[in-house]
Amino acid sequence: MSPLQSALEFESWRAGLASAWDDTKPCVRVCDGTGCRALGSQKVLASLRQEVGKADLATPIEVVGTGCPGFCECGPLLTIYPQRISYQRLAPADVPEIVQQTLKNGEIIERLLYTDPQTGEHIRREPDLPFYKRQTRQVLEFNGRIDPTRIEDYVALGGYTALTKALLTMTPEAVIDEVRASGLRGRGGAGFLTGLKWELCRKNVERAGSGYIICNADEGDPGAFMDRSVVEGNPHAVIEGMIIGAYAMGVHEGFVYIRTEYPLAVDNLRNAIRQAEAAGFLGSDILGSGFEFGLHVRLGAGAFVCGEETALMASIEGRIGEPRPRPPYPAGSGLWGKPTNINNVKSWAAVPIIIGRGAERYAGVGTPTSKGTMIFSVVGKINNTGLVEVPMGISLRELIFDIGGGIPNGKAFKAAQIGGPSGGCIPAEHLDVPIDYESLTSLGAIMGSGGLVVADEDNCMVDFARYFMTFTQQESCGKCVPCRIGTKAMLATLERICAGEGQSGDVEYLLEMGDHVKRNSLCGLGQTAPNPVLSTLRYFRDEYEAHILDRRCPAKVCRGLITYSIIPEECNGCMVCLRNCTSNAVSGSKGEVHTIDAALCTRCGVCKNVCKFDAVLVC
Amino acid sequence: MQISISEINEIINREAAGDGSLIGALEEIQERFRYLPPEALILASERLGVPLSQAYSVATFYNVFSLKPKGKHCLTVCMGTACHVRGSPQVLDRLETKLGIKAGETTPNHLFTLETINCLGACALGPIIVSDGEYSGQMSTRKVDALVKSMMQAEAEA
Repeated sequence: MSPLQSALEFESWRAGLASAWDDTKPCVRVCDGTGCRALGSQKVLASLRQEVGKADLATPIEVVGTGCPGFCECGPLLTIYPQRISYQRLAPADVPEIVQQTLKNGEIIERLLYTDPQTGEHIRREPDLPFYKRQTRQVLEFNGRIDPTRIEDYVALGGYTALTKALLTMTPEAVIDEVRASGLRGRGGAGFLTGLKWELCRKNVERAGSGYIICNADEGDPGAFMDRSVVEGNPHAVIEGMIIGAYAMGVHEGFVYIRTEYPLAVDNLRNAIRQAEAAGFLGSDILGSGFEFGLHVRLGAGAFVCGEETALMASIEGRIGEPRPRPPYPAGSGLWGKPTNINNVKSWAAVPIIIGRGAERYAGVGTPTSKGTMIFSVVGKINNTGLVEVPMGISLRELIFDIGGGIPNGKAFKAAQIGGPSGGCIPAEHLDVPIDYESLTSLGAIMGSGGLVVADEDNCMVDFARYFMTFTQQESCGKCVPCRIGTKAMLATLERICAGEGQSGDVEYLLEMGDHVKRNSLCGLGQTAPNPVLSTLRYFRDEYEAHILDRRCPAKVCRGLITYSIIPEECNGCMVCLRNCTSNAVSGSKGEVHTIDAALCTRCGVCKNVCKFDAVLVC
Repeated sequence: MQISISEINEIINREAAGDGSLIGALEEIQERFRYLPPEALILASERLGVPLSQAYSVATFYNVFSLKPKGKHCLTVCMGTACHVRGSPQVLDRLETKLGIKAGETTPNHLFTLETINCLGACALGPIIVSDGEYSGQMSTRKVDALVKSMMQAEAEA
């Protein structure tokens, strides 16, 4: 297409696409996001296209691959429009039946429906699934509906209308006022007011003559994948938000810094940028407004610290990702010394919603100090693993038990870890606390980017803390001493405790060192690295004490503190554990009770995994 | 893997004509040859006007770069939090035992490289192993055995 020159040209294009978009037309939408792809959705999609092509259908049926709708647990997912019948956990072998029975004859295949674990009831329609019912989907609204590789789909549903409105009917100041009025706070985790940040940057850009904006898509928190899903499933929303932001701040060049570990998101983003350029949303004289903006993609190279804004900018400049002290803040002196505004993917994606629908409507959701919605990736020991978008202020209990479906296998909930390696855990007694920036901080966790990992009774909180400390210690860039040495010292102590070599005084040492690292580190990585340790110490000090004083791991996880043995009454001498043991610790012969030699046993757990008779005891 | 100087030059020249990004050029070379041969660092630093020391610091700072050639097959274990609570340490342990190497190493016959990754973001499937780009979810020690066996068998038949 040739670039659009005016609001009128955009409007006629949009109107044509919108009228052609018809949710009452038969259509099959298959999740083509990373999660479902890993479960084989591409084979399902290919087979579906083939079967629909050769089936003798009364009306033609469109087959669309979409971005992630979020219900990863049940993937590969498929939704049949217009009824919105939801089929789950699909295999290519199910496809002919779907085409014949449902698409052709209109019959429901019950075994492919979601079954409510409590009632045993089959749920037919996607909107009726408990997982979706309690969500408020704004940023994720189009995920699962549009084909992320087609700009036409985004525009048909109202995409780029906000950009047109901002560029052609609003002054840059008015755009900033609107963003400020929405109460949007940075969704990268720190929660700084976006409107205020923009205003600071705008003033500095005016003074300096130029500047940059950056989208931080270097989503490094293990267990968090919402940024990936937004970029993958609706890349144009991020691009549109950035163009609006660039206009508001008077900036003409921007970067998206995205993890190289997200190949599909990178592909979809690059494709979307090309489309936006072709349509005239990027480039010179955008929509005839005289405003110019260009957007580039930079790939992260696998360094967690690059999520920190000054390290991220160093990386874009081609150097190693070491942070530098602030101030100066990026808004004053950022990329190549110019005023720079950095926002997270979800913050940028919220901008078209705020401008398009108005700040008032956006601020109508959430709590007095935390407006709008928040996207969480709910993972770990939870039934409905996936991505959920909920209003700020919802309780953790609703999120984990109503939407997340509770804990699998009847196990007891132990803690929710929010905010990844920078965050903390929240125990069962605080499940009813509303989720907003302030409440989470007061509990020793942080909103962070929205990663939420559920731990059950089988997880050891000391091991959990050790896991995160291992992560931050490895990812510490090494520039400042408190983080480089402090995380190492804390990790060494945690490793000793987990190995059964804890000493009295270890807890006090962790508290003291944690405080030092927090207060004295150069950047956010170090300043937050002790959080997982400090918050587990706050709520689960008894577990630490059990490890140190009683030489016991209550959750039976830490290898230095557990032993494996065989229950003679249960063992029937099948030799499976013996054959699988890599350290020759199991002895016995066919038909006779086996025994484990504790001196040889490495406590790898293979024997327990392979035993079909539950004859291996861990204590 | 055989490296080709002309291909390396081609990648660097393309990058020089475009964004001129050192990291971008090295990323492409890494993806093409699955490691950064010494020649690549020298050529990139000369062509992009960056000191060799900076090219080397970049190549050793970021996790995606490797200065050592990798094996024919790459097995990557996700060590993300969701995978961790669902048992990825046991999965990695089993792979280390089966292949006789530690994470980050390559078997002496250059067939297998074992690696870990911080998070793939496919958390519903944990623990996850990626073998030559193919995802295998909900791994257990038993499934690891089957996976390694089938890869070794395919290699023996090839």
